Amino acid sequence: MMESFEPVLLASVQKPDSHTLKVYESAGGYQTLRRVLKELSPSNVVEEVRISGLRGRGGAGFPTGLKWSFLPAAHSGPIYLCVNADESEPGTFCNRILMELDPHQVLEGTIISAYATRSTTAYVYLRYEYPLAFRRLQNAIREAYEAGYLGRDILGSGFSLDVFIHRGAGAYICGEETGLIESIEGKRAWPRTKPPFPAVEGLFRKPTVVNNVETLACVRHIMERGAEWFRSIGVPPDPNDPRDPGSYGPKLFCVSGHVNRPGCFEAPLGVSCRRLIEEYAGGVRDGRRAKAVVPGGLSTGLLSADELDTPMDFSGPIKAGCLGLGTGGVIVLDETYPIIDFLHNSCRFFAHESCGQCTPCREGTAWALRIVERIKAGRGRLVDLDLLLEIADNIGIIPGTTICGLADGAAWPIKTAIRKFRAELEDEIKRTNPKGWRSTHPVPAFSDGNIGTSKTTRLPVR
Amino acid sequence: MGIVIVDGKEVEIGPHERLNGIQAAARAGIEIPHYCWHPGLSVVASCRMCLVEVGTRDPKTGQVVMLPKLVPACNTPAKDGTVFVTNSEKVAHARAMVEEDLLLRHPIDCPICDKAGECRLQDYHFKYGQSERRAELQPFTSRKRDIGDVVLFVDRCIMCTRCVRFTREITGTSELLVVNRGAHEEIDILPELPLNNKLSGNVVDLCPVGALADKDFLYKQRVWYLRRKPSVCALCATGCSIWIEENQDHIYRIKPRENPFVNHWWICNEGRYGYPFVHHPQRLRGVWRRDNQGLRQINWPGVLSQIVEKIQQARRPALCLSPFLTNEEAYLACRWIKNIHPGSVISLGPIPQQGDDERFPGGFVISAEKCPNRLGVEAVAYSFEQPPMNFDELLAGARNSEIDTIIILGGYVKPWVDAEQAATLRRTGFLIVTDLFPTPLTDRADLVFGMAAYPEHEGSYVNRRHRLQWLTRAVRPPLGSRCLGSIFWELNGMSGLYQPRDVLAEMARTIPYFSAATGRIPEHGVDLRVNQLAEQETSSERSTM
Repeated sequence: MMESFEPVLLASVQKPDSHTLKVYESAGGYQTLRRVLKELSPSNVVEEVRISGLRGRGGAGFPTGLKWSFLPAAHSGPIYLCVNADESEPGTFCNRILMELDPHQVLEGTIISAYATRSTTAYVYLRYEYPLAFRRLQNAIREAYEAGYLGRDILGSGFSLDVFIHRGAGAYICGEETGLIESIEGKRAWPRTKPPFPAVEGLFRKPTVVNNVETLACVRHIMERGAEWFRSIGVPPDPNDPRDPGSYGPKLFCVSGHVNRPGCFEAPLGVSCRRLIEEYAGGVRDGRRAKAVVPGGLSTGLLSADELDTPMDFSGPIKAGCLGLGTGGVIVLDETYPIIDFLHNSCRFFAHESCGQCTPCREGTAWALRIVERIKAGRGRLVDLDLLLEIADNIGIIPGTTICGLADGAAWPIKTAIRKFRAELEDEIKRTNPKGWRSTHPVPAFSDGNIGTSKTTRLPVR
Repeated sequence: MGIVIVDGKEVEIGPHERLNGIQAAARAGIEIPHYCWHPGLSVVASCRMCLVEVGTRDPKTGQVVMLPKLVPACNTPAKDGTVFVTNSEKVAHARAMVEEDLLLRHPIDCPICDKAGECRLQDYHFKYGQSERRAELQPFTSRKRDIGDVVLFVDRCIMCTRCVRFTREITGTSELLVVNRGAHEEIDILPELPLNNKLSGNVVDLCPVGALADKDFLYKQRVWYLRRKPSVCALCATGCSIWIEENQDHIYRIKPRENPFVNHWWICNEGRYGYPFVHHPQRLRGVWRRDNQGLRQINWPGVLSQIVEKIQQARRPALCLSPFLTNEEAYLACRWIKNIHPGSVISLGPIPQQGDDERFPGGFVISAEKCPNRLGVEAVAYSFEQPPMNFDELLAGARNSEIDTIIILGGYVKPWVDAEQAATLRRTGFLIVTDLFPTPLTDRADLVFGMAAYPEHEGSYVNRRHRLQWLTRAVRPPLGSRCLGSIFWELNGMSGLYQPRDVLAEMARTIPYFSAATGRIPEHGVDLRVNQLAEQETSSERSTM
């Protein structure tokens, strides 16, 4: 089956002018919307999506149909649909491809999903760093309004929908669904404590659904081809794990790093990581071997070279000790790349992107960065690795010390890097700090306090 | 009725009570440490100091099922069957970690920090922290910034955001905000928009660490030298419950005292910074008697018998009560003058008004009526004379010489009488004035003596909502001045020291308005209307600050 896999999400991205309504309609675009609005009720759509087993493509893999069913049944409205296009996970660019090269596909999925959730307003939360996606999406929305696919009484069905693009200001935390909601409301994107979940009280304190761009694109194909088609692709649930709903459908994988042909590829869920690297991305550069692979965006952690046969479905990377499938952003590190550099890069990213609300994440990510910077500067100690592990094990939703999952994302690269590559890191510390690696005493900070000390002191008192 | 289990202890929760884990545990006598949660502000659950283990007890089987992860107690409702575990190793570890995290970038400059001694970070670190520093040694930093009414020590901040929420939810002014992200985060103001509102001093009380400092108190006194006395603010009719904090008869600061019926957790800046008049060098001290050369200071012995003599000789003496007197002082004065001269009249002094009542989004009210006890003094005056004269009638009486001797009991904080009124009152035969400060009236009086200000006397005030609250004496009156209560106690021929509680008990028996004020006055005061209108005020939740 895998051999005969034909891309659907990326089917038309190679066509010239694929972003225009004309090209999209010529390939049968918006026919699904017409049929759905004419023949199906919103609950039919929810049911179809639920049967399909579609799980959110944004990282957490929550079943989409289930999420929609949490909306209060007899709510007087408004209900909001937020499209999460704040694709900030390092190594991930599949939403960008969809929005830049096939925006109408996203839009059609959005309209169908809004119909299913009875939303009359949809906000596309688009990260600021995607100017082309913004222009194309804006243009697509304009074309859709002109063609009657958006606005009041869409295609004579009585269903109305307005779509607005909200551009973020470039913060990773805005991809967290309640952070995104706060940001649309015009506030600082500090994730909310849950409960209440957004389905009950979200944007402007109304029921809200937040879905990823790729999820919505999948909805369009599920409604076109049926839930059975969707379930024919991917991996069925693990019979030994009653909580595994299975991983169905096609998924966009973004392969980057030390490969010969980096890019965004569509493959069925469950494809092995090795296949993605060897077949889709043309192998590791310069004939080298992979040392480590990030399976699904930086926050998921690392797979070691022995774990490359891990199936890329929602549970595969978890079994290999990673956070999960994440966004499907595969980053390949070849054998010449030092793990300490990976650690540094990852710690720097998360220390920079921590929103600063919860103490353990705000301070823990900055502390981890300081330790790694110090190790890189040749002043590491072996106890630092244990300290890093302790910091990483104590931040996140799973120990319960933070509100949102960013801290989990910050913790997993540290945990997997140290647990899977401890020998290399110990060698590195011993090599760079031959005199002091055994020490256990507190040492002066390396970066002389540039964390949290800006130079903007003003108006001295007295 | 619900049962919540905290560390194995069962706590009862009322049917309509909505408590969180911290409040339920406090009821069991167990402290759950917290920084960001405050009963008067919204819940953000971001400091993560109150993490506890939470579970539920099955009502039928009694089996307890615990959640696998830690949960912030501030954001966990205490319902029937909720189980909180606050003393497990897991919880202790989480608290130690948060403490360690908070000290990573904290300057630990306790020796020069105003908050030292009453700092949550200090206290919790001793209780829940670890003794060893594992983090890198940071260079010492201490950046401070003038953000308006208070000073911000940026590096001491632990980002609990209580101050930010206060300006958004209670004052509605939103001056404070969080800038930057992650470990670079700071509290700040927008340029040209300083923290400047009438409740701004409360952010200093809210700050669990030394980040926000009171400009008035900064570097004046270490907090462990201060003694605090429960009292009532006398600067407007709201009558906020306060703590007066003093050392050696000098007041250093005023702090709000939690009272769910009056001011909750807040006081206004007017009350907080309004105390310095108590120590003003121009306060009237001692007794002054007019002779041929003008006013001359005399000694106390013989003064009281002179007053009695003057009143007894008078044709029609008048007693003027200011709304700054305590109920007990007003009562003793009225009782005395009515006893020794049945023809005497009782009059009420002018009521200071300033603007309109100011209401804040959080429910706090600053009254336009700038005196503490109009209702109480009026009730006392009405019980002796129906109706008592008002100030204009007193002036008219003095003008047409109907009244020949006047005793004016002042105590006004701000100037209250002009030269013209003073000259009118001077037309009487004999004028006795007590006040805090020299006024045109004291310049013209025959007998003048200084009196006690609100931190200096004991007694009760009735606020604008008929709540009677008790003041305790925090500092002594200036040398030579006596509290009015003790003067009239002596004039009434009562033996021993002035006992305001006995006076209030007598008033509760004799004046219907005060009938609810029997027995010991509770710390939140008594609503005097309960016996009259049976009007119930909604009781707010008691909680730990």
